Amino acid sequence: MNSNVATLNKMQTLIVIGNGMVGHHCVEQLIERGALEHYRLHVFSEEPMRAYDRVHLSEYFSGRDAESLALSDASLYQTPGVTLHLGVPVLEIDRVRRQVVTSQGCVTYDKLVLATGSYPFVPPIEGAEGESRLVYRTLEDLDAIRAAAVNARRGVVVGGGLLGLEAANALKSLGLEAHVVEFAPRLMPVQLDDLGGQALKAQIERLGVGVHLSRATQSISAGEQYRYRMNFANDEFLETDLIVFSAGIRAQDALARLCALEIGPRGGVVIDDTCLSCDPNIYAIGECASWNGSLFGLVAPGYQMARSVAARLCNEVAEPFTGADMSTKLKLLGVDVGSIGDAHGNTPGARSYQFIDETSASYRRLVVDASGKHVLGAVLVGDNSYYDTLLQYMQNGIALPAEPASLILPSTEGAPSLGPGALPESATVCSCHNVTKGSICSAIDGGCTDLGQLKSQTKACTGCGGCAGLLKQVFEHELIARGVSVDKSLCEHFAYTRQELYALVRVEGIITFDELLAKHGRGHTGCDVCKPAVGSILASCWNQPIMDTSLVPLQDTNDTFMANMQKNGTYSVVPRIPGGEITADKLIAIGVVAKKYDLYTKITGGQRIDLFGAQLHQLPDIWAELIAAGFETGHAYGKSTRTVKSCVGSTWCRYGVQDSVQMALTLEDRYKGLRSPHKLKFAVSGCTRECAEAQSKDVGVIATEKGWNLYVCGNGGMRPRHAELFATDLDDSTLIRYIDRFLMFYIRTADKLQRTSVWRESLEGGLDYLKDVVIHDSLGLGFELESQMQLVVNRYECEWANALKDPEKLKRFRTFVNDQRPDPDIHFVQERGQRRPIMAAELHLIPVIEEIA
Amino acid sequence: MSQSDTQRACSSSSRVNPDAWQAVCSQEDLVRNSGVVVWLDGAQVALFYLPAAEGKTLYAVDNHDPQSGANVIGRGLIGSIKGDLVVASPLYKQHFRLEDGSCLEYPQQRLRVWPVRLNAGQVEVAVA
Repeated sequence: MNSNVATLNKMQTLIVIGNGMVGHHCVEQLIERGALEHYRLHVFSEEPMRAYDRVHLSEYFSGRDAESLALSDASLYQTPGVTLHLGVPVLEIDRVRRQVVTSQGCVTYDKLVLATGSYPFVPPIEGAEGESRLVYRTLEDLDAIRAAAVNARRGVVVGGGLLGLEAANALKSLGLEAHVVEFAPRLMPVQLDDLGGQALKAQIERLGVGVHLSRATQSISAGEQYRYRMNFANDEFLETDLIVFSAGIRAQDALARLCALEIGPRGGVVIDDTCLSCDPNIYAIGECASWNGSLFGLVAPGYQMARSVAARLCNEVAEPFTGADMSTKLKLLGVDVGSIGDAHGNTPGARSYQFIDETSASYRRLVVDASGKHVLGAVLVGDNSYYDTLLQYMQNGIALPAEPASLILPSTEGAPSLGPGALPESATVCSCHNVTKGSICSAIDGGCTDLGQLKSQTKACTGCGGCAGLLKQVFEHELIARGVSVDKSLCEHFAYTRQELYALVRVEGIITFDELLAKHGRGHTGCDVCKPAVGSILASCWNQPIMDTSLVPLQDTNDTFMANMQKNGTYSVVPRIPGGEITADKLIAIGVVAKKYDLYTKITGGQRIDLFGAQLHQLPDIWAELIAAGFETGHAYGKSTRTVKSCVGSTWCRYGVQDSVQMALTLEDRYKGLRSPHKLKFAVSGCTRECAEAQSKDVGVIATEKGWNLYVCGNGGMRPRHAELFATDLDDSTLIRYIDRFLMFYIRTADKLQRTSVWRESLEGGLDYLKDVVIHDSLGLGFELESQMQLVVNRYECEWANALKDPEKLKRFRTFVNDQRPDPDIHFVQERGQRRPIMAAELHLIPVIEEIA
Repeated sequence: MSQSDTQRACSSSSRVNPDAWQAVCSQEDLVRNSGVVVWLDGAQVALFYLPAAEGKTLYAVDNHDPQSGANVIGRGLIGSIKGDLVVASPLYKQHFRLEDGSCLEYPQQRLRVWPVRLNAGQVEVAVA
């Protein structure tokens, strides 16, 4: 009892003010290092939401919600001994009483950590207020930008630095015409040199973002064409509907100033190498701290300070903070930008190598020391694939090769690359969490053979994510070095990848699963992984009816019965409605069927009609009636072409420039029945207003005055991805030729169940490579891919029509093979005028039949 | 049906009381390497027929999927995992061993199994 009291009395109170990325990392580190044995921990946050990922803030506009940006599970802050005060700003620090004052009362502290971060600097400009004075830092700021964008056409960002360009990206993803206004004569003046800035400007302008350099906004007045007018010197001006300021950050040091802590020359709480302020009980970390007169506006140095303070508070040996490497690698507006070390070559005696490619607006600069032996810094615009290697050269002082310029020249054969094997054990792989190659190796030696496991164990690649490529390389290299083969087998029956099996099927002309298994597999049966995968490959290659005897057992549940199984074991039925165009008679026919079989009816996202609640034995009757009315199967059950969505196009629409419906019909008719590694969605829009949402599809076609623009590899769903512009102003036949090649190349090279979007992201060489293959026929495959597609097209047959002709195939469509009754366990209730499956909680509504044992 | 088929299908059912066998459907009703379902006095029995298998060629397991509560096991995909013949439930894809109905992923889920045999062109299930 007494000892308990003694323990309690020994507990001290530790307060962290600020729950941004750095404050959160400090809390994580404290808990991990056992701080809760000595401290009660209170965390105060001004923002109403727990720490979130500010590095990826612009993804909030491209579909990520606030919760998925959160840095940890809510459970971390429910750890006993930790109290998170969200939406509770600290008003004052009383250093004499050692108390923090909030609107909800005072809390006494023993130790205090300031992690209050920074705030956006808005220069005092006459007329800047409301929607002409937005900022870009918190989720609340983003909500305000989104609200302002609702009726806006154009948006301007003031500030062409890293955050400014992020903000411009955000405006662009909100559908605005975006402009960047920068005071300095180049973009990203801190990280880039003149030529780098020029290359970046050229690339960004190609993306349709306006760049205005050497412009100082003097005032903001009412606009004529747009809401506001920004007035520059010499009577120049730019009109816009909203203005976001991103002209730099200032340390959020108001609390520190109020309690008279020492403040640095450029703001920020002055700290020593242990992150201690002038008060021995108060630490400061992250962007609110000033070390040696400098502020650090990146996440990695903030994390470094957080780790150091956490270690010190837990009486561990702490690494002092002695400045940080400000090297950074980013994708801004889709353009790679990298800056390493002394990017400007300011070190005395420094010399540079430069590479300029004006056609692609790429630029690279390598800065070496006077001896020419070591890397001091680098600038990269347009291609960050050089970054990891150059950073390792600099950080680890690795001696340069005889021809240092080769490190930034376009990769040709023989160019020396610094493989993961060449890195010393001390090389930092993940700078956010300070994970070295050595600690990765020891995790592997400890039995870790899975990349996901490695990440959660070492935390590598869980900060900014920039080291993902390098981490994977090191991981696979080390596994191989230890004699562990990286297993890419499909399953226990096939020691091949899907791509390899596809090649075997093609080359050897294999048409059945049994033949493939006998020649290249193990066992006699296969499993639910390899059977559908092989079934899909066979269908992609030879397109024989999936209900043929040898193919039936391969099909996944939905393909077997050519309908989509729902949660209660009933099916939904989707007839094909090409391009979403349908006559009144056909609508009536669907209505008649739905009514007769009492099917729940819903319009799908792909402009079709889904009929739910059919039992297995009803499917042939339903399809006989639909086929008699002129319908075909819609393949909604298959990993195959689904729909080609379209707008009405030039036929009806005053804006339409091409007949989008006709093109949708042509495409749907051509590719219907095409089976592929995953489902395929298409859309055709009749003008640039894009009402058919083609840019969210695997294949998107948008009409232009001169023809068609082709977009590829878009996706909606769980992880939305904008389709990329692939080719412009195509005529009909070229468009179809490109789509033929694109789809067959995807089918040939994708992994199983890999959508085009994911395939594209993992495709080495990226979009340019894909263009080379499809447009320039760099592999000489064009004709082959086209004829393979033509075979599939020629062999098309409606699977349901085929099955209905064959009594043998219909045998399976019986709920019970020895009894006519329907499944007595399927029950429906009425809701909103239709029936739906009964829920478990409603089961008491039906009489219980005594179970016969 | 060949003589050897009958013997193989029967072999493991030899200890069943001869009166317990009940004909449920004809062999013609079976689908090779796949499943069909029969109604058996209120129970739903899924029959899986693997004519090329080395051991037993016919299995009878409960059609009721304990995870979804729907009667769908007979529509699952047959496979072999680490030497066991299994059926994958079509809704949530968990696997059940055809031999004893046990579940690979969730030990608490188990399907009832019945002795089953082919006899003179008929499929017979033993009802205890």
